[in-house]
Amino acid sequence: MATVAIYNGYRLEEGSDALRFKPFGSWIIRNLTEVEKTLANFTMPESSAPVVIDLSDLEKIDVAGAWLIHRSAKKFAAANHPISFESVGRAARILLQEVAESDRPALPPEPVPSKAYTLVEDAGKSVISSAVDLKRLTELIGSMAAIGVSMIRKPSMLRFTPILYHLEQTGVRAIPIVALITFVIGAIVSQQAIYQLRDFGAEQLAVNFVGIVILRELGVLLTAIMVAGRSGSAFTAEVGAMKMREEIDAVRTLALDPIEVIIVPRLTALVIAVPLLTFIGNLSALTAAAMVSFFYGGVPIDLFIEQLRDQVDLINFTRGILKAPFMAIVIGLVAVLEGLQVEGSTDSLGKHTTASVVKSIFLVIVIDGLFVLYYAMVDG
Amino acid sequence: MAINPRAIKTTGYLLEAEGLTVGFGPTNIIENLDIQLKRSEILGVVGPSGTGKSVLMRALIGLLPRRAGRIRYFGRDIDKLSLSARRKVERRWGVLFQHGALFSSLTVKENVQVPMREHMDISQELMDELAELTLSMVGLASNAGRKFPSELSGGMIKRAALARALALNPDILFLDEPTSGLDPVGAAEFDELITSLKETLGLSVFMVTHDLGSLYRACTRIAVLGGRKVMVDGDIDTILAYDDPWVQSYFHGNRAQTVQVQMAEQDKVPV
Repeated sequence: MATVAIYNGYRLEEGSDALRFKPFGSWIIRNLTEVEKTLANFTMPESSAPVVIDLSDLEKIDVAGAWLIHRSAKKFAAANHPISFESVGRAARILLQEVAESDRPALPPEPVPSKAYTLVEDAGKSVISSAVDLKRLTELIGSMAAIGVSMIRKPSMLRFTPILYHLEQTGVRAIPIVALITFVIGAIVSQQAIYQLRDFGAEQLAVNFVGIVILRELGVLLTAIMVAGRSGSAFTAEVGAMKMREEIDAVRTLALDPIEVIIVPRLTALVIAVPLLTFIGNLSALTAAAMVSFFYGGVPIDLFIEQLRDQVDLINFTRGILKAPFMAIVIGLVAVLEGLQVEGSTDSLGKHTTASVVKSIFLVIVIDGLFVLYYAMVDG
Repeated sequence: MAINPRAIKTTGYLLEAEGLTVGFGPTNIIENLDIQLKRSEILGVVGPSGTGKSVLMRALIGLLPRRAGRIRYFGRDIDKLSLSARRKVERRWGVLFQHGALFSSLTVKENVQVPMREHMDISQELMDELAELTLSMVGLASNAGRKFPSELSGGMIKRAALARALALNPDILFLDEPTSGLDPVGAAEFDELITSLKETLGLSVFMVTHDLGSLYRACTRIAVLGGRKVMVDGDIDTILAYDDPWVQSYFHGNRAQTVQVQMAEQDKVPV
């Protein structure tokens, strides 16, 4: 008398002479969720009775099903049960054979290093990568300088069309957003200045403060940050995609210098565009300041202009705009450098584009700080 | 060739398309095209470049919109299916893109597990085992599973992408130029792999190709596209006898003769 136990997807019949393992229904990957769970809880009988794997009730089978039957058979065999198959259909036989042939020990999972170890390793890696960054930056600046010198000797090397194209992309098309941002910030700063000075009845003096802050710092800083976010990221993505698709290697094999063909036009365009954008940003912010002074502070426009002309020296403007080309170079170099480090995966493209924007905005602010120090020493 | 709608249930085609029209802008690339895929066959679709072989495949798997026509999978019109029923049908086919289209930020093993993880509720352990098994079946070494797609050679990418296409045990396998970019030996091996997988897994294969070797070695039926339609379809002898300048030059040109000689030599060698 056989005892029968029914589980999800299979039956176990314990006879006097043998244990019958009878899968039933469809053993295909779509139906295997429950089967797998019950099989995982399967406790091996302690006896070493022979096991008959009887496939007579099996309706459908695919590779995943065949794998589970194969795996169960292996487990029975490992527990010293002699195995035999019964009623194996044609499809099942082919699949079981294929599965048995393809079965191979998996590689052991890669050991996961401890947290402390990875912390130290990551710290070391980032120090090394900073050093490598610095080296690459130096190389790039060096080759740019070399190209610059040879261009002075032979100006025809300068690629006019790409420069114009990038000037349009990074300059002309950035005008609306740069003007808008500087306008809004100009208005905000001006409102605050007037509000604070109103208690002293000195609304007019707000013009001095706002004029100097905008011309020296805010105009150029906001413009540079916008350009870093807008064009720096675009450069990194462009150069990175070119690197991924081996276009940069193609440029090299055509006996051209990628720095000259790809990088110099972009950088030149930036160096021209950022000061011009800064100028537009300054105008826009001052316009906002004048409007806020008029509507909020009650300072007439002609008085505002007069005050600006008399109290705010031209040197504030030149000192502000002088920073722009340096910021442009940093944005361009960082963007291109990150782009050139993109590797095969889309992941790496995303990482380097992020790094490009973060690094260039950070460096733009650092440069601004250095200029402040320098001017303070000069005036000092 | 019109199909009697009542006969469809009994025809046993896995895939049938009637009056398929697909185009871009003012032109139709394919127009009023009929094509069927039978169970357990390897259908090779050939044609001069620009006749819309890949367009046909992309339209069949729903990546391109149709301007007209009906497509039935397993006897069911896919336009009449609910979204969830459609998803179920889509899980029954696997697609191998021309350049593999592996996800570059995942390892090969993770790539193979993506469809299992998204559509199945099975344990990580079983997914690992099945991924390993599938990689072994397509002939990739164990350590390839840990690599990223950018670290693989062209042939390995094709195999890894094939493993991903096979992950859900599909009934239909779509292959877009499976042997393009492989050397002749690698191409022959890949054709053998497809044929043997078709036998063991009971697959039906829809293969866009222009590799004569594949047509001879693997395909059980060939459809030639031309004039926005299927010009002719049938076994290799039917095609060879077909009177069309492109078919004649393609199947009887110098290159074709070389392939025929190679095939004849292969047949002589006892395996």
